[in-house]
Amino acid sequence: MAPIVKVNDLRKSYDSGFEALKGVTLDIEEGEIIALLGPNGAGKTTLISTICGITRPTSGTVTVSGHDIIKDYRQARSQIGLVPQELSLEQFETVMNAVRFSRGLFGKPNDDALVEKLLRQLGLHDKKDSKIMALSGGMKRRVLIAKALAHEPRVLFLDEPTAGVDVELRKDMWRVVDELRKTGVTIILTTHYIEEAEAMADRIAVIEKGQIRLVQGKVELMAHLGKKEAIIHLTAPLAEVPASLAHYNVELVNNGSALRYVYDVRAERTGITSLLNDLQTAGLQMSDIETRQSSLEEIFVGLIEGDAA
Amino acid sequence: MNYQAIRSIYFFEMARFFRTYRQSLLAPVISTSLYFVVFGAAIGSRINSVEGVPYGAFIVPGLIMLSVMTQSTSNASFGIYFPKFTGSIYELLSAPVNFFEATVGYVGAAATKALIIGLIILGTSYFFVDLTIAHPFAMVAFLLLTCLSFALLGFIIGIWAGNFEQLNLIPMLIITPLVFLGGSFYSTSMLPPVWQAITMLNPVHYLISGFRWAFFEQADVPVGISLAAIAVFTGLCLAAIAWIFRTGWRIRQ
Repeated sequence: MAPIVKVNDLRKSYDSGFEALKGVTLDIEEGEIIALLGPNGAGKTTLISTICGITRPTSGTVTVSGHDIIKDYRQARSQIGLVPQELSLEQFETVMNAVRFSRGLFGKPNDDALVEKLLRQLGLHDKKDSKIMALSGGMKRRVLIAKALAHEPRVLFLDEPTAGVDVELRKDMWRVVDELRKTGVTIILTTHYIEEAEAMADRIAVIEKGQIRLVQGKVELMAHLGKKEAIIHLTAPLAEVPASLAHYNVELVNNGSALRYVYDVRAERTGITSLLNDLQTAGLQMSDIETRQSSLEEIFVGLIEGDAA
Repeated sequence: MNYQAIRSIYFFEMARFFRTYRQSLLAPVISTSLYFVVFGAAIGSRINSVEGVPYGAFIVPGLIMLSVMTQSTSNASFGIYFPKFTGSIYELLSAPVNFFEATVGYVGAAATKALIIGLIILGTSYFFVDLTIAHPFAMVAFLLLTCLSFALLGFIIGIWAGNFEQLNLIPMLIITPLVFLGGSFYSTSMLPPVWQAITMLNPVHYLISGFRWAFFEQADVPVGISLAAIAVFTGLCLAAIAWIFRTGWRIRQ
């Protein structure tokens, strides 16, 4: 299946000379949730602003459902909904009118039934006649989502959906995104929280200094890049690592009552089996074994630091 | 053409106007009444007539022009500047709307508001003076063209302005003086020759003169020249907007 959004060698230099995007190529599949993960200033917002038509690309192409964002901007943009990072709203308007306006702006005839359904889905229905200025920050964010979805787009961009939001609201937003996924809409979100990418996304694109460092399924990313460690708890503590195990990457932890073995899941052989065999040969008794995968955060930090080195 | 978007922008902007109807509608009525009290009653009672027109009636076209020009400029500039200021312009920029459609929506709404205010002032003035309109169609045409061209100017100012100070700068420092010095409250024939010549450089003078001609068949400059002046002015604004449209100046980076 052809990707729903195709970004090809996209570059953007601002008038100041700052090069925000240095040749970004990215395919986004229909129905997936992809997280653009990167530190502040990495180019995440510039990337989605360019796809959505807010900034002009310096070079490169973007197509949405096969429509070029410059040549066929009407078809391309009518497929897209954008939820901006800032809570940019007409404060004095009511929720209902604000959402109606968005639908009209995208060329769709007024459809109050659809708008009300959307508000209900986002838990905004009882606020539909409230002025936006009277809503809490979390509710305003939902209004922005309702506005972005009012013209029934196939692709939704969420720029830092949980920036500056407390833990409770963040979890709440994750739930909203999860509900949206069920409607089949493709979601591209930017975040600098690894936890967030991990919780919401199917795939993760790591972006840094205007370039995509890698794009991978969340699971593969962790499996491929992640180091795993096995903690082997022993029935009797050891003073030092036995000579027969010295060639393994093991160390004693917990005052000698456990062995920590770090291995790379990318390797053809993890060495787990032979380590366990050698443990037995050495006459060591195990009481328990636990394994732990490194988090995306560790992967991410490793990636960025590795680049700097 | 995205007609739905034009309609949405137009009615959204009009809703803002009616939401603040006290400020939008009552303020011009009150200030016009004050002008009549001061110029018409207090000062006008000492002036018999200007070019054969009673002074109270003579100032009506100028008063309408003063309000219409400042209102259409400030409405249009505010209409586009406000989304820029709050950031909600992202939606307009990401919508399948071209700049022409956006201009029609915003400028159309601003011109409509100014037109409504102009008509209210005209209605109010009937309470103060006897008024007959010699050429109603020409009067409406001048009024419409003025609303439209100054709304276009306001739209350009709103796009250009980087802060609220700049937003108010041009209406306050340029338009208001030009209107006052363009013969709103006097005939330029009352001026010394040097100032008459200088007034000829004031574009607003041609509009007021033409508009007054539609009421009283009395004009400082031939009505054809007035029409040509407003056409040139509208043309210049349209050209500027076309250029903004092509380059994305101050709108799209």
